[in-house]
Amino acid sequence: MLEREGALAFWLLVPTLALLTLFIAYPFVRGVWLSVTNTVVGEPGHFIGLHNFTKIFDDSIFRTAALNTFVYTGVTTVFKLALGLWLALLLNRHFRGKAWVRAFILLPFIIPTVLSTLAWKWMFDPTFSVFNWLFWKLSIINSRINWLGDPELAMASIMTVNVWRGVPFYAISLLAGLQTINPDLHEAAAIDGANRWQRFWHVTWPLLLPVTMVVVLFSVIQTFADFQLVYVLTGGGPANATHLFATYAYQIGVGTGLLSEGAAISLAMFPALLLVVVFQLWYIRRVENR
Amino acid sequence: MAQFDRRKFLQYSGAGLAGILASHQAPVFAQAGTVHWLKWNDFVPASDELLRKTMLPEAMKALGVKINLETINGNDLQARITAAIQSGAGPDLIMAFNNFPHVYSSGVADVADIAEAIGKAQGGYYRLCRANTTEGKKSLSVPWAIIGAEIAYRKSWFDEIGYSTFPQTWEQYHDAGKKLKAKGRPLGQTLGHTFGDAPTFSYPYLWSFGGKEVDEKGKAVLQSKQTLDSVKFMQSFWKDSFDEGGLAWDDTNNNRAFLSGTISATLNGASIYIETLRKPDQYQTEKGAQMKSDIRHAQLPKGPAGQFAFHLFQSHMLMGYSKNQKAAKEFMKWIHTPANYEKWFVSQKGYSTPPTQTWEKHKMWDEDPVMAPFKLAGRVGLTPGYAGLPNRKAAEVLTKYIITDMYAKAVQGMTAEAAVAWAHEEVSKVYNGV
Repeated sequence: MLEREGALAFWLLVPTLALLTLFIAYPFVRGVWLSVTNTVVGEPGHFIGLHNFTKIFDDSIFRTAALNTFVYTGVTTVFKLALGLWLALLLNRHFRGKAWVRAFILLPFIIPTVLSTLAWKWMFDPTFSVFNWLFWKLSIINSRINWLGDPELAMASIMTVNVWRGVPFYAISLLAGLQTINPDLHEAAAIDGANRWQRFWHVTWPLLLPVTMVVVLFSVIQTFADFQLVYVLTGGGPANATHLFATYAYQIGVGTGLLSEGAAISLAMFPALLLVVVFQLWYIRRVENR
Repeated sequence: MAQFDRRKFLQYSGAGLAGILASHQAPVFAQAGTVHWLKWNDFVPASDELLRKTMLPEAMKALGVKINLETINGNDLQARITAAIQSGAGPDLIMAFNNFPHVYSSGVADVADIAEAIGKAQGGYYRLCRANTTEGKKSLSVPWAIIGAEIAYRKSWFDEIGYSTFPQTWEQYHDAGKKLKAKGRPLGQTLGHTFGDAPTFSYPYLWSFGGKEVDEKGKAVLQSKQTLDSVKFMQSFWKDSFDEGGLAWDDTNNNRAFLSGTISATLNGASIYIETLRKPDQYQTEKGAQMKSDIRHAQLPKGPAGQFAFHLFQSHMLMGYSKNQKAAKEFMKWIHTPANYEKWFVSQKGYSTPPTQTWEKHKMWDEDPVMAPFKLAGRVGLTPGYAGLPNRKAAEVLTKYIITDMYAKAVQGMTAEAAVAWAHEEVSKVYNGV
């Protein structure tokens, strides 16, 4: 049997298929089923159609969480991409201790999120914030900044932490992309009289674009489903100003035991994410085929 | 040594997995005759140590069963309960907060036989304990303790502004807070999303003005003149008297702010005072005296409709899936026997108030007058969802922080009318939904 290529390929794929079915397909299908039932903890529930979805779309906290998630993902992605690209370009140069610096850059990404977020929580502490202390010592402020207590500042604060945590992933991935670009192309462009900006825009950027799109794709998916950071920093407060899909789904599903409604909230991000993924994959394919 | 190659591994693991899938049941690792007890990490660590080192070995000897105590962060209990009920396997006894027993009512065993016997023998349960743990004739859990929520305040600072007795009404408390904030010593209170200190303040505050989320029949009645009055009062009260950083506080921030001398009063369990007792030389007043001698406790002030409280309440659910229900019940009976429970209660030094009335007479309450107010905590406590039942709907309102957020929105600039209208609409959706 192993002589036949098709059969061998099938058997080699079986473990992966089994794992995907068990850990991705099954939970997903189960999640979809839950969302169209009235299941609560300990009670199986029965089919109720789209009632959970009409209920959550009529829920102002859900609408706030949905808007927050889009804003949070959009703003942080722009900053992570810009800062990550800038860092990657800097790290792509030759300097002493390059290997060390590259390793250190990854630290925010390596430290467990809950741990680093707790450190940020102390830095944003309403009473003992080290930022407030510093700004006060530098005579920049004369009253405390309410980092996590003011709705806009709280959102800005969680975004800052997300950007801090996400930039290394962009930087290292884009750096890997930069290193695949043949230096001869830059030399040729320079000989043709292109300045630095022109070399970046017409040589580096087009060649880096496929990698960038993949990195953005992963990042958007992760950011959209972010949970730990908000859970630790604000719990979705003040007054729901920082609730995201994931934190609200947890609150409803686990906190209240309304498993089906929690599943519906989780699934509500699926169409948006699917659109993003389809668009980006289509774009990547288009860029690669050019 | 027997060889265990890849082929065998795959055979065994495949068979095991098939077994689990076929039985629709997660594997149970606990041995028969072992009672697995899951509770929170006590805010008084000495009590957990007492359980582990002394009481559980005694119980094991007396009952002839092994007792496995697991402690986790209080915030993580619900995730564990949900996972356990859904998979049909997990700890035999799980600690529940407030009205959790109603949320998980279909996943727990009836414990009326032991709960009723304990209540009867010990002077009867307080109203809040009974409401949180019973559904008709079924007892959903065995009441364990009330973590009394009282205002911890700095006596000398209140004396300085002319309040030698703690303010009795919200108007007086507002006035005191205004004077204290002017001196850089504001009151401290969270209006954030945190399970303990936020609702234990916002709910009784609402009730004391006569506001309620629902009436006795479960009809949403939040939008009322009384609620509106409470929100309007809060808007100026917050600005004039409170540390405005409180919008972001969790359950530990006020402890730190109080112990560092940043705030003059805050609603809390007794943990602030107990911490100053534990480290008397570390926490000092601005005059260099030990802070513990300057701390007093008081109930939340009265409003136009009276004086109320919402204490954190703990009980133990005997899980419906448990294979060791008999042993677990025997253990509950054993630990609630006065001679045994007393050891644990004394180790709490008043941080926990027992759920039955007999314990009000215990001599421990006479040892430290600062802790005396906690003795009567159970008498004034009500349950979430008042004046209705503390059922799943009430739990949803509580978990969504609707009442707390109504005040948070109002102090952030929303008009009182709009904040009440928003909260009423959300409460109505919860109670009128399927």
